[in-house]
Amino acid sequence: MQFDENAPVLEIKDLNLSYWTRAGEIPAVIDFSLTIDKGESIGLVGESGCGKSTVAMAIMQYMGGNGTIKSGSIKFKGVELNTLAPDELRRLRGAEISMIYQEPFAALNPSLTLGTQLKEVPIIHEGITDREAHDRAVKVLGDVRLPDPERVMAAYPHQISGGQQQRVVIAMGLLSNPSLLLLDEPTTALDVTVEAGITKLIADIAKQYGTSQVYISHNLGLILEVCDRVFVMYSGEVVEEGTIKSLFTWPKHPYTHGLFGCIPLPTADKNAAPLKPIRGQLPLPHERPTGCNFGPRCDFFADGRCNSRDIAMTQVTGSAADHRVRCERWTELDFAAEISHDEQKPPISIGDTVLEVDGMQKYYEVHDRSIAAIIAGQSVKLVKANEALDFDAREGETVAIVGESGCGKSTFAKVLMGLETATDGEVRYGGTNIGEVPVRERTPKQIGSLQMVFQNPSDTLNPSHTIGGQIGRVIKKFGVESDKVKIRERVLELLDLVKLPRDFYIRRPRQLSGGQKQRVGIARAFAGNPAMVIADEPVSALDVSVAAAVTELLTDIQREHKTTLLFISHDLSVVRYLADRIVVMYLGQIMERGTTDEIFDPPYHPYTEALLSAVPIADPEVTKREIVLEGNLPSVMNPPKGCPFTTRCQHKIGIICDEERPAVQMASNGHAIACHIPLDELRQAEPVIAVPKAEERVHVTQ
Amino acid sequence: MAEATATPSMPAPTFGAALMRAIRSFALLRESWVGMIGAGLVFFWIAVALLAPLLAPFDPNATLMPFQKPGALFPGNETVAAGTFWLGTDQLGRDILSRIIWGSQTVLIYAPLATLSAYTVGILMGLAAGYYRGWMDDLLSRVADIILSFPVLVLYIIIIATIGASGVVIIVAITFASAPGIMRIVRGLVLDLRNRDYVAAAQTRGESAWRIMLVEILPNARGPLIVDACLRLGYVIITIGVLGFLGLGLPPPNPDWGGMINFSRSMALAFPHMVLYSCVAISSLILGFNLLADGLREVSLRD
Amino acid sequence: MLIFIAKRLGFMIITMLVVSMLLFVLLEINVDGVATKVLGPYSSQESREIWLQENGYRDPLAVRYGRWLGNAAVGDFGDSVRFKVPVGDVMWPRLWNTAILGFWTFAIMIPLSLILGILAGMKEGSKLDRAISVTGIATTSVPEFASAVFLSAIFVFWLKWLPGTSSMSDGFSFKQLLLPIMVLVLYDFGYVARMTRASMAEVMTTHYIRTAVLKGLPYRQVILKHALRNALIAPFTVIMLQVNWLLSGVIVVEFFFAYKGFGALLLEASLNQDIFMIEACAMVAVFVAVGTQTIADVGYTYLNPRIRFS
Repeated sequence: MQFDENAPVLEIKDLNLSYWTRAGEIPAVIDFSLTIDKGESIGLVGESGCGKSTVAMAIMQYMGGNGTIKSGSIKFKGVELNTLAPDELRRLRGAEISMIYQEPFAALNPSLTLGTQLKEVPIIHEGITDREAHDRAVKVLGDVRLPDPERVMAAYPHQISGGQQQRVVIAMGLLSNPSLLLLDEPTTALDVTVEAGITKLIADIAKQYGTSQVYISHNLGLILEVCDRVFVMYSGEVVEEGTIKSLFTWPKHPYTHGLFGCIPLPTADKNAAPLKPIRGQLPLPHERPTGCNFGPRCDFFADGRCNSRDIAMTQVTGSAADHRVRCERWTELDFAAEISHDEQKPPISIGDTVLEVDGMQKYYEVHDRSIAAIIAGQSVKLVKANEALDFDAREGETVAIVGESGCGKSTFAKVLMGLETATDGEVRYGGTNIGEVPVRERTPKQIGSLQMVFQNPSDTLNPSHTIGGQIGRVIKKFGVESDKVKIRERVLELLDLVKLPRDFYIRRPRQLSGGQKQRVGIARAFAGNPAMVIADEPVSALDVSVAAAVTELLTDIQREHKTTLLFISHDLSVVRYLADRIVVMYLGQIMERGTTDEIFDPPYHPYTEALLSAVPIADPEVTKREIVLEGNLPSVMNPPKGCPFTTRCQHKIGIICDEERPAVQMASNGHAIACHIPLDELRQAEPVIAVPKAEERVHVTQ
Repeated sequence: MAEATATPSMPAPTFGAALMRAIRSFALLRESWVGMIGAGLVFFWIAVALLAPLLAPFDPNATLMPFQKPGALFPGNETVAAGTFWLGTDQLGRDILSRIIWGSQTVLIYAPLATLSAYTVGILMGLAAGYYRGWMDDLLSRVADIILSFPVLVLYIIIIATIGASGVVIIVAITFASAPGIMRIVRGLVLDLRNRDYVAAAQTRGESAWRIMLVEILPNARGPLIVDACLRLGYVIITIGVLGFLGLGLPPPNPDWGGMINFSRSMALAFPHMVLYSCVAISSLILGFNLLADGLREVSLRD
Repeated sequence: MLIFIAKRLGFMIITMLVVSMLLFVLLEINVDGVATKVLGPYSSQESREIWLQENGYRDPLAVRYGRWLGNAAVGDFGDSVRFKVPVGDVMWPRLWNTAILGFWTFAIMIPLSLILGILAGMKEGSKLDRAISVTGIATTSVPEFASAVFLSAIFVFWLKWLPGTSSMSDGFSFKQLLLPIMVLVLYDFGYVARMTRASMAEVMTTHYIRTAVLKGLPYRQVILKHALRNALIAPFTVIMLQVNWLLSGVIVVEFFFAYKGFGALLLEASLNQDIFMIEACAMVAVFVAVGTQTIADVGYTYLNPRIRFS
């Protein structure tokens, strides 16, 4: 195996990958070509089913029992990977080409110490001794910025946090100085602020080690931060490729342009410039149309031209760098001219207050049954899931609750829904304090007027019942209708409301896609004409274009029914797009609350500042201040006595942060910040996200 | 997302629809040849049991001609034609074929009854333990642990030796011994399923706990439970066979495969036919259920 | 960890106490029945009454239980009705015989099923896997009394290699152990092999095995170092629980081959209404069962780092 150091690190030409199933051969990737030079980072972006992960597996030659490389070549430093013997392939893996995975905990062996798993790599590939391997592992763990590497070496995977696990996986990939790193959605499973740290690490590591990278993601914002070039894939094909600057500023393919229209960029506004979902659905792999795969969903589709034969990639002339697109009509399309302003929607009028949360507190008791705790008299510990929550919501308003895992937003939702009762404080809804009324004691009307949309589309519906049956049950339970015929009518009306075909009535959930299931979830929530709906991360598990459609659906329904929407999320882009007011939570307490503008502009709570900085934004002309948090999330059972953010705060002023709970400062009527730093100082901060005005832009995208 | 204007056909009445779905899922079994063989064996014996009065040539307890060799080996004499006793007779002269045929009825009545009874108790306990958790889970799990810590056969022997053997006692004993194991399985499934969002949706609707357990959770656990039921039927048949073999089974006159084997054991050297066919019979029935269970598991995984 | 062991031991004791109570109530609640069983059905009402008085049976149930428990704790279970000697004299040697049988059975069965299970699970769906699975299913479908019949037919009647009974009347003879061992191994290995196979197959589909392969580790190391460590945890507990099964399985085999073991003793005692023997045997059986369960629990906790260190 002779490497040619002058050849590109990776050169893929005309690759075709297929899977063999009981239904026959299914092409997964078609006509894929790519070249990466030393030190380059390229991004592969696309929605589910586009084939991006399959490409990574093909590079590793690990496609599983039923996947094959049908044709094409994959050359690593001049060596054709398809022709390698298994032993040669084994020597490449982990040493020259390494992979970083999506779920770090699943990728680590739970029964071996991290040190063992790390040391194996250089010992096998370079034959060094255990001692040398140990030292090198400790050094690399330092490079990935893990504090206390010796402790990590001796630990088991479950003893460190998710972000730390991913750093270990990255370290494992780097131990033998590979030339190529494949990263398959490495941050999807992590919290936003942790994600920011890992993303920055990946970007820096590439420069430090000189490795080339293939970065796979569905998130265009992340690609912008990490990569030099990007390939956009749709249904197995690359539809556009180019440098970051070129593709993000002047997308040429209708799908790429459509994708950008689906992302809640800072310039989008739910009333003045709403998201433009891509109509139609992803074609099934064995039902791809002739010609352009995107044709049926394309607004610029030309019958006869776009669906007659296979379309090849063509160079975009007039572009400074390598920018290619797979479109028949790209020369004729001018997206700027297509902007129409009759998509604007009327703003929702805000009414009276419907929900008042007043000093709400929810503590859980945890019994520690170890002898030591009993002796110390501390066998009952309190988990302070929610502490001193104070805010309200008005009719027709969208209030977003923002925070990462462990912040207490799910607990709050549970109290509102009656699955739990508050330990202290009041939650007044429609006049009554529902904080102390569990759901079993609420009237059907009360229940029907406050409903929830859940996060996971695959779990939100009962797989054993029909769609119609499930929605019908809800209608009956809330006392909306009792006559069988009327119930059926209402179910059909609800299906119309969420834009699903009426014959879904008799279908079962497994026959529906993720987006369709989520729509049914929305229909179910609105069955009782609720005055308020809690949406718990309703679109996080959906593809970008599907998420846009569901988000728009939700706002349309809200507009029509004047429903109050409590939107729980960790994604600040969506929150900025949708919310009128925002509540930022951390470790059970409210750090800051106010209108959307107030939150996004200074003064900031330090946590808000970090959160804003962590949000990936797919707009190359937007600049962000970089704030990376150090330190660990404290345990919920042992929160700091003072400010909960004190362990990670980048502006910590001193002992007072550890000892004393900060008082709530009012920056304006309705804008509250819980911090010891005086307001005047906070007001002087620079904005985290700077969005250039339309006149200052190189190219108007919206 | 074109909106269909035609109204959909009314969902078929629930029982008919359920039956159709059951039949269709059996057809799925076609994909596993192991499952097909198992199903074939099981249906064969069910047919034999149902048609016993028509199939058995003789009364199973009639003492006819002792020590007759099976079928072709029977030379025939003045009163009885050659080849009359297809499987021979035992030392008391009872026709083995008839005893096997009637014995299948015994097994296929008591085994399913006992299994059904065990499942009812086990499912109720498992649902309550898994859904309510807390003290109820602790209590039920402890009770289950205690029962399960007894070696099974020892338990049966002690119960039956003390109370005496009869059909009801055997069913109760089997229920008592099997329910904890079923409870554990159901509890495990419930613990997993109760975290699903659709259960939370039902809770936030104010549905009653038992409705959630029986309507929302249980139908989604049916895959593993059906597989386990087939396996357990196999175990129960073995148990009934062993009890019969040890002399603790159903009292005569019911012909009982295990009892038949024990009875003629001493004759096996000279007259192997007396025990061999019953062994084949019981093994084939148990094999049928085991293969069926394996086939069902394979098919459910492919889903 | 120590606290966990202590808790499990405590539970073990509670279980045995509860079971012993239930057993005692079941067997001795009817004092007249006890007297009848001890003295025989032809004894007179008077002699029974005298015996009951002498042996303290007219005392309250709780007192009698306490007395029995106290005696049992030091190994005095009373006298066997059938054998007319102290229960212990008959029981312990029998228990030892069964232990020998069990030891050899496990010595053969454990390596056999683990190896077959691992080979089958390593390549799920392969021909080898299918063959092992179907063999396993087939052997667990044949009840022990049936396989005893089949094996006897082959080895005793046809090939005439082995003796038909195992009474060991001329001292210990390994040849006589072979058939009982074969029956037990044949029946049980299928179950353990299939459990091992399932565990191995599941481990082979995990992401961390994919990571190990894509790190460039040799296949041998992937299996031996990464897979087995996780795959063998479940089979370990299964094997421990097989000891529990053995106590039941051994009854049929000992009965069939006339082997003077613990299982046959229990059976005889039950059929003959030898009350004190039943009580003693049952307590021993429960002790073994609960003991192995405890070892299995503790072992599982020890082997699984996620539970051990948290």
